[in-house]
Amino acid sequence: MPKRSIQMFLRNKISAYLIVFAFFMIALFGGISIGTIQVPFRDIAFLLSHHFFGTSLHGVDPSFDNIVWKIRFPRVLLAALVGASLAVAGAAFQGLLRNPLADPYTLGVSSGASAGAVMVLFFNVQFSWLSGFTLPVISIMASIVTIFIVVLFAQAIERSLKVETIILTGIIFSSFLGAVISLMIALTGEELRQIIGWLLGSVSMRGWDYIQLILPFFLIGTILLIIHAAELNAMSFGEEKAQHLGVNVRRKKLIVLIAGSILTGAAVAVSGTIGFVGLVIPHFIRLIWGPDHRHLLPLSMFAGAGFLILADLVARTIISPTELPIGVITSIIGAPVFAIILLRKHRKGRRTA
Amino acid sequence: MIQLTKLSGGYDGKLIVRDLSFSVQKGELFGILGPNGSGKTTLLKMMSGIVPVSSGSMQIEGKEIKDYKPKELAKRLAVLPQMTPQAFSYTVKETVSLGRYAHQSGLFPIWTEEDEQAVNKAMERTGTIQFANTSLEELSGGERQRVFLAQALAQEPEILLLDEPTNHLDLSFQKELLDLLKKMASEAGLTVVSIFHDLNLASLYCDRLLLMEDGTMNGLGIPSEVLKEEPIQQVYKTAIHQRPHPEVPKPQMSILPEKAAKEETEIIIDGTCITHKDEFIALEAPVLLKTLSAGVIGAGWGWHRSFVNRHVDKNYWHDSYKEDMKGFLKQHHFDINETVGMMTAVHLRKAAYRFVEIEDVSVFVVVTAGVGNAVDVSRAVEHSRAFLPGTINTWVFANGYLSEEAFVQSVMTATEAKVKALFDKKVKDPLTHSWATGTSTDSVLIAATQRGAHQAFAGTISPLGQSIGKAVYECTIESLEKSGTGERI
Repeated sequence: MPKRSIQMFLRNKISAYLIVFAFFMIALFGGISIGTIQVPFRDIAFLLSHHFFGTSLHGVDPSFDNIVWKIRFPRVLLAALVGASLAVAGAAFQGLLRNPLADPYTLGVSSGASAGAVMVLFFNVQFSWLSGFTLPVISIMASIVTIFIVVLFAQAIERSLKVETIILTGIIFSSFLGAVISLMIALTGEELRQIIGWLLGSVSMRGWDYIQLILPFFLIGTILLIIHAAELNAMSFGEEKAQHLGVNVRRKKLIVLIAGSILTGAAVAVSGTIGFVGLVIPHFIRLIWGPDHRHLLPLSMFAGAGFLILADLVARTIISPTELPIGVITSIIGAPVFAIILLRKHRKGRRTA
Repeated sequence: MIQLTKLSGGYDGKLIVRDLSFSVQKGELFGILGPNGSGKTTLLKMMSGIVPVSSGSMQIEGKEIKDYKPKELAKRLAVLPQMTPQAFSYTVKETVSLGRYAHQSGLFPIWTEEDEQAVNKAMERTGTIQFANTSLEELSGGERQRVFLAQALAQEPEILLLDEPTNHLDLSFQKELLDLLKKMASEAGLTVVSIFHDLNLASLYCDRLLLMEDGTMNGLGIPSEVLKEEPIQQVYKTAIHQRPHPEVPKPQMSILPEKAAKEETEIIIDGTCITHKDEFIALEAPVLLKTLSAGVIGAGWGWHRSFVNRHVDKNYWHDSYKEDMKGFLKQHHFDINETVGMMTAVHLRKAAYRFVEIEDVSVFVVVTAGVGNAVDVSRAVEHSRAFLPGTINTWVFANGYLSEEAFVQSVMTATEAKVKALFDKKVKDPLTHSWATGTSTDSVLIAATQRGAHQAFAGTISPLGQSIGKAVYECTIESLEKSGTGERI
């Protein structure tokens, strides 16, 4: 009897990975395929195989190569990396802060990144040695500086660095930096559209360079968080309990904070503040497959990636050729879908209880 | 095992625990007591390394607690707090499995057969295995607490610290949890340190107790040394009464509720309370009286309102005479829980009553005496165990507040008065033909209103003793005369 239930349990988790990975792959291919020019799935597979493994093109239309490899694939990949980063960071912050309402933006990291980016746009800063990367690099730096100030400030309030203190400090810095951003917007004349457009978020016209920029942060942040899944589980029962279970709470908390902030900062820097992904994807995964972070983090990663690819697909196709800001789409689609799932899940739960 | 030396500590530089020194041995069940704000929880948090030590030392196995790495400490010491916050709905199995965290190492730890067994064993011991795949959210507070106990046990610790573990548990699980801890302490050598709010549970289960007051030690020792009325009253600043447990040799404390004015008004028990019938004599008191008796029903210490002396045939025999007596009382609409019941083969018209008042105390005595089976106690060994009818039932109702000594002395005084009456009426033991001292089935009841003047003693020359002596002697004589001295029944 217990053996069977363990098997069931495993099958359940394996099916979870299969479902989420399938969703991601469908989104990936769909994102590359759909647009003003349709590219068949078969051709996409050959093209990707050609670029990754050097296989022959099997007579695929060479114009597709340009569309897929130069434009759509980097765009889709960037959406995937941003979505994955935000979802993983959101899951980790929710676990660490023991608050299902936390998201990657709770601690003010994104406000830091945004303030950095808006400042670059506002003052029209351009460092020649960074060429086109001035904005994202400054933005990432601003986000890292912000999280350090938040942690140091929280520590000055209280040495033990309780999550309640961190949340409060995060709120203080978020609103302060938010005000700085608003001030710059208010003082901006003709550049307003550019700033607003950036703040609403977009993954268009970024190219391979931006992928190179976000990839190392994504890998470091995600790996750090996934190897701290057990600690996140322990810490979601409170810091004292985690310490009793043998977790070096202070150190692990800092690692999770920094890893989550790197992910958030890098995502915001390359794509602006895209809302909803970091809040809802982990919630959604937790609702279906439970809160165990060892599974929650990787599942959220794939689900977040797939979700943002689809959101971007909708953003650029729904009233084509005009592109909508992706952040608007994530919320417009995500909120009602999530609301329905929440409602059905709770109804079902009540019936079976 | 655990050694505290001049330990002080607290929060933000404010010392809450001051200068504590004690040690806990392996396999001991050690209780921490104290009123709210006395520093119990802070002490426990210092013992688990959550609150830092300001001065002094806190050692486990000879090593300072701050020198332990978190995982190293978690393998030795587990904690069950009063409440564990939970933001997400983990399953019971997932929650208990977290107890193995300290036993795992590496970036991607492997779940071994040993881990699985430790988790299953912990769930079995705490009776949570049936919920293994249930979400924590669906469990009651008590069930959740057991899950967290399982989590702590899955750590396989040598020391278990608990903060009021029975707080959310109902009576049967309180007992089960503490029985389990006691068993693990004595059999597996688990050292258990627990905070208790309930002094009585602590007294029943702990080997030793620490009583805390304002962050310092007020008492340390076995329960009977620590749980004394005076220090407990002083530390908890309330009226407490200590009594031994009825079944086990441990002290039990009861709080004394403040008395309302109407509970203080004096009540006099006298002849007006008596109902006299052929079948029984009953005395109905207006309030519950504190009693010490050897009745068929309501024996020992108790609080009773109705007192019934039932007449039975001289050939009465019943295998379960207590059940028969209960049936009789029910039939006559007496509440069994509030009644002291006695039996006698003596005709009840031979009963005698007296009301005697001396100084600030009065007593009302009822005696039914029959001496068909009179016995000389000094030669009682010569008697066979055969049942012969005849009994002297003595009831003493004292209108006053009697100490426990006074109750016991009342029994003595009443007995002495009875013996003297038998002697004066020249009652002889029919078998040995020596002076009889009583009959083989005599019974006695002392009941007190516990209102009015305090009576510390009831020895023969105290006012209470004098009234009992006089009343019992006179009643016994009168009753014997009514039945005809020395005659059978």
